[in-house]
Amino acid sequence: MLEIRWHSRAGQGAVTGAKGLAEVVATTGKNVQAFAFYGSAKRGAAMTAYNRFDDKVILNHEKFMQPDYVLVIDPALVYATDITENEKENTVYIITTHLSTKELVASQPKLSGKKVFTVDCIKISQETIGKAIPNTPMLGALMKISGMYDIGFFKENMLKVLKKLPQKIIDANMIAIERAYNEVK
Amino acid sequence: MADIFELRDIEVWDGNMAASHALRQAQVDVVAAYPITPSTPIVENYASFMANGYIDGEFVMAESEHGAMSCCIGASAAGGRVATATSSQGFALMLETLYSASGMRLPIVLNVVNRAIGAPLNVNGDHSDMYMGRDSGWIQIDCYNPQDVYDMNLVAFRVSEDHDIRLPAMVHQDGFMTSHTAQRVKTLSDDVAYDFIGEFKPMNDMLDLDHPVTHGVQTEEDWHFEHKARQHHALMSAVLPKIQEAFDGLKALTGREYNIVESYTMEDAEIAIVCMGTSVETAQEVSNELRAQGIKAGVVGIRVFRPFPLEQIADVLKGCKAIATLDRSSPNGTVGALYNELAGALFNTGTHAVLTNNIYGLGGRDLTKSSIHTIYRDLQANAQAGSPTTPLQQFIGLRGPKLSFF
Repeated sequence: MLEIRWHSRAGQGAVTGAKGLAEVVATTGKNVQAFAFYGSAKRGAAMTAYNRFDDKVILNHEKFMQPDYVLVIDPALVYATDITENEKENTVYIITTHLSTKELVASQPKLSGKKVFTVDCIKISQETIGKAIPNTPMLGALMKISGMYDIGFFKENMLKVLKKLPQKIIDANMIAIERAYNEVK
Repeated sequence: MADIFELRDIEVWDGNMAASHALRQAQVDVVAAYPITPSTPIVENYASFMANGYIDGEFVMAESEHGAMSCCIGASAAGGRVATATSSQGFALMLETLYSASGMRLPIVLNVVNRAIGAPLNVNGDHSDMYMGRDSGWIQIDCYNPQDVYDMNLVAFRVSEDHDIRLPAMVHQDGFMTSHTAQRVKTLSDDVAYDFIGEFKPMNDMLDLDHPVTHGVQTEEDWHFEHKARQHHALMSAVLPKIQEAFDGLKALTGREYNIVESYTMEDAEIAIVCMGTSVETAQEVSNELRAQGIKAGVVGIRVFRPFPLEQIADVLKGCKAIATLDRSSPNGTVGALYNELAGALFNTGTHAVLTNNIYGLGGRDLTKSSIHTIYRDLQANAQAGSPTTPLQQFIGLRGPKLSFF
């Protein structure tokens, strides 16, 4: 069982990102779950989304999770919420920020000694898609750090997930995924 | 003619999307709805299919849930295939008309995305609305994941519209835990799904002007009792065999097996949890962990809540030493409904099983695997002692004082 927790603000696309990732993983025959905690959903409110992946049928519907990966797609949530909640010893963090990994850990001591990687998904999405929608670039970064799938295979399957969008947007997303894959450190 | 919607064999859908596609494939004549969280996307997706040419039927936006079900009743009496969706307060507002639908023997399919009922206001999943409907005369089928939602909608149309049945059916799923959780769903092509349900065959339809009929009449003490008794009799005697027939048909078509009572590692189980919704699957996962330690644990899921499968339940639990019923609704003044149902099913069967009641998950409170382990530990103690070692009714996952009862 592979478990992922997303930290996002409502409107930034964490649910879409989690569902898109689940669609790609499902094409490989694995069982998937993608869900979120909404509360009374307000645009901009801090929220979490979740993925579970397994070769076996996933029976577990508890919301409690000790994630293997924590994906943070809004820079301020590192300070405004506890992104280390229910972590495991080997939980991997991939965090959107304009800071370097060293600067980030210095600014949030809770992250010291942990496996932390950084990438500026906000900037990448602004420069490619034209809007701060950091979900797809985060998936590129996840592919690099986790080695889940070859980036070519992943992009090819993401094309199918995004197929209903205008071609210009699809192309921009592909560039964003590739850039995050290359830029995550 | 509506366009064919090309589906992949396996889609990644949440429970709401699964319901929307099942309604589309059923070629419903009239959907009248007033959307409410968390069932809103069922109606939203359906409206989008319609706007994109995938649906031939009518779609009516009503002024309230009371109005939505009233439209459904009118359309069903007129002689069409009819469906809608609701949750929580919307379900509560619909309640009066639900009794009209069943009393008039109208085969309407209602997707209920289970949600808490305020106050305090809460949009998350519990079974308060499902329990509120249990005396309304509808068939109630419960789902544990998005695949169930897709399959049970197809079953609901087929059973409800059968001329031996002619009773409305609710298809229940857990708000957010199923409705907004995307999982793999194995699909049927549009024509295969439609053929499984069958063409709608009207009965006493008001639009058959050559054979005028009256619907929704007044009957005082001279006939009311006979109407109600026959309605109840149909629900008790005809529905379960017809559901089993539909389950058999679905298994032959897809290989997916459903049962009126879903039993999991119950053959030699000494302790069992009985529950509904997503909790059934989480409990199955925990029972697997216990089996690995050699503990004879099992899970019973209620698939058909109304009519309540008294005999099937008693049969599956006959060898059990301790049973915990889990109710996701505040009983407000008695034991949980499942406790009462189980006591009713088991009384007079010679069982000596210890029966206890756990109230959990109100307003979407997480049911953790850790809590389920605790319940099984209580059950082991009860089985060993031969009597309850805990209060009869406990609250699971509650903060503050335990507030146990009896």
